[in-house]
Amino acid sequence: METVVKRLGVWACVLMASIAAIALTPDKGFAIHMGIVGLVAVILIIATATSYDPLARAQGIFRMPPGAGRYDDDPIRWGVIATMFWGIAGLLAGVFIAAQMAFPELNIEPWLNFGRLRPLHTSAVIFAFGGNALLATSFYVVQRTCRTTLALPGVARFVFWGYQLFIVLAATGYLLGISQGKEYAEPEWYVDLWLTVVWLAYLAVFVGTILNRREPHIYVANWFYLAFIITVAMLHVVNNLSLPVSLLGTKSYSAFAGVQDALTQWWYGHNAVGFFLTAGFLAMMYYFVPKQAGRPVYSYRLSIIHFWSLIFLYIWAGPHHLHYTALPDWAQTLGMVFSVMLWMPSWGGMINGLMTLNGAWDKVRTDPIIRMMVLALAFYGMSTFEGPMLSIKAVNSLSHYTDWTIGHVHSGALGWNGMITFACIYYLTPRLWQRERLYSLRMINWHFWLATLGIVFYASSMWVAGITQGLMWREYGADGYLVNSFVDTVAALHPMYVLRMGGGLMYLAGALIMVFNIAMTIAGRSRDEAPLGETRHDDAADRPLPPLTAEPAE
Amino acid sequence: MTLYTLLRHMADSYGLAALLALYLMLCLWHLRPGARRFVADAKHSIFRDDDND
Repeated sequence: METVVKRLGVWACVLMASIAAIALTPDKGFAIHMGIVGLVAVILIIATATSYDPLARAQGIFRMPPGAGRYDDDPIRWGVIATMFWGIAGLLAGVFIAAQMAFPELNIEPWLNFGRLRPLHTSAVIFAFGGNALLATSFYVVQRTCRTTLALPGVARFVFWGYQLFIVLAATGYLLGISQGKEYAEPEWYVDLWLTVVWLAYLAVFVGTILNRREPHIYVANWFYLAFIITVAMLHVVNNLSLPVSLLGTKSYSAFAGVQDALTQWWYGHNAVGFFLTAGFLAMMYYFVPKQAGRPVYSYRLSIIHFWSLIFLYIWAGPHHLHYTALPDWAQTLGMVFSVMLWMPSWGGMINGLMTLNGAWDKVRTDPIIRMMVLALAFYGMSTFEGPMLSIKAVNSLSHYTDWTIGHVHSGALGWNGMITFACIYYLTPRLWQRERLYSLRMINWHFWLATLGIVFYASSMWVAGITQGLMWREYGADGYLVNSFVDTVAALHPMYVLRMGGGLMYLAGALIMVFNIAMTIAGRSRDEAPLGETRHDDAADRPLPPLTAEPAE
Repeated sequence: MTLYTLLRHMADSYGLAALLALYLMLCLWHLRPGARRFVADAKHSIFRDDDND
């Protein structure tokens, strides 16, 4: 009872503070954000006052198994649901902005124009979809590989729900026009501070669990997760160093200026790719691919070399985003050289993942989850080859600022991050909800092919669009003037933009099939269907083996 | 000599050598003689105690 009263007191204080902030601020966006914080406080007050366990009812809706198992899986179940929810939201936003590129009439001013929806899309897919997948899988993997429950279970729940609040504040902020204008780091100072608190709590839970482990060795997946958590904390804090104009307003100014600010931003931006979208997802790969295949990773030593090479090389590659800018030439070259060097460990990791299936390649035919993982690894390989190539200055002079970059990002994001995440969700759901199997394996097959075709449409249309754009921009006539105006290139790209939208729609359709499949699995249903990989009986080929004629060796 | 030049010289010489040495040591540590047993153990550790996931 006493703790309930204490908690009520804390939430009431938060509510009062948010009301005071709303009353005092001249800034409409800030007032709305404080309103969201106040609303969360009200929900928590009602939930705390009406029951001791505010989540029990919600857990009933999602059929979560009650009681404690060997591991603390509750935040992971919520993480799986959040991953799917934000995945659909982010992909929907992506398809919509792709449609805006092809049909500009869809820019609905002011809240739903391209400039505001684009960061909503990128943050929703990277930080909301990818971030929740990383939260869920890291909590799952660290418990299993350390054979212990989560340290600080209360803090783990705070990490999950606090992260959702961060996402809501960031997403609504973009629509309201609140942005500090740094790519992938758009949220303003107060949201950044909140994320810092949540992230340090995440670090505490993760490190605490590792310290509690009942296994002498820390499995390599945890190295990748830990590198991801620590590096993202460092990147986030340094890149978002800024001074707010007032404590009751959204606006802040960066601590850096000019090219230093740009370099800090791309040091952050590229390592967000390197540690959020690569190290974290490689951690998933190093646990879930061997588990699903039922075979240990091809080479454990190679995975360690992969790890240290990524750690030592990635952090220097950021300047390739600033080729041919005011950044000193030596820094651009440094970024290019390290990006090219990164190719080797990346392919080492891809080969390590693929070769895990050595001797079990038939599973690609019979197990659609393995097939998704193989495709994810193939796209990891393709995009980590394309990336170093694009970072070479001569190539970059053609590709920079064109849609080729967008195509490259999406072959990595849709192919590698998306597919490995989907595979992990399919792996996790029956285990977390204690179901015998998924609702349908054949639906995974549909998801796989829709997603694969979608990526092919997306990437190939963006290659054509990017190279067209780059060549048209640099075309000079005999008299030294540029041949094409910018709007000429836009008109030339229209069919490619429509194709890209089609690819995105296919990918979204695949994800919707997954949501249905997972929802039915959670509901405890299973579809009556023929097993995958069944080879039909061929009477003509069914003959007895020829008699053995080989002589025994001397 | 300005601070920038000093730091730059450090980074280009001893700093670079130290980082490279650290990198090689971390990579080669698991290839040392006698590590085989530990590496094989870690590699298979995710399959031990398999019924509980």
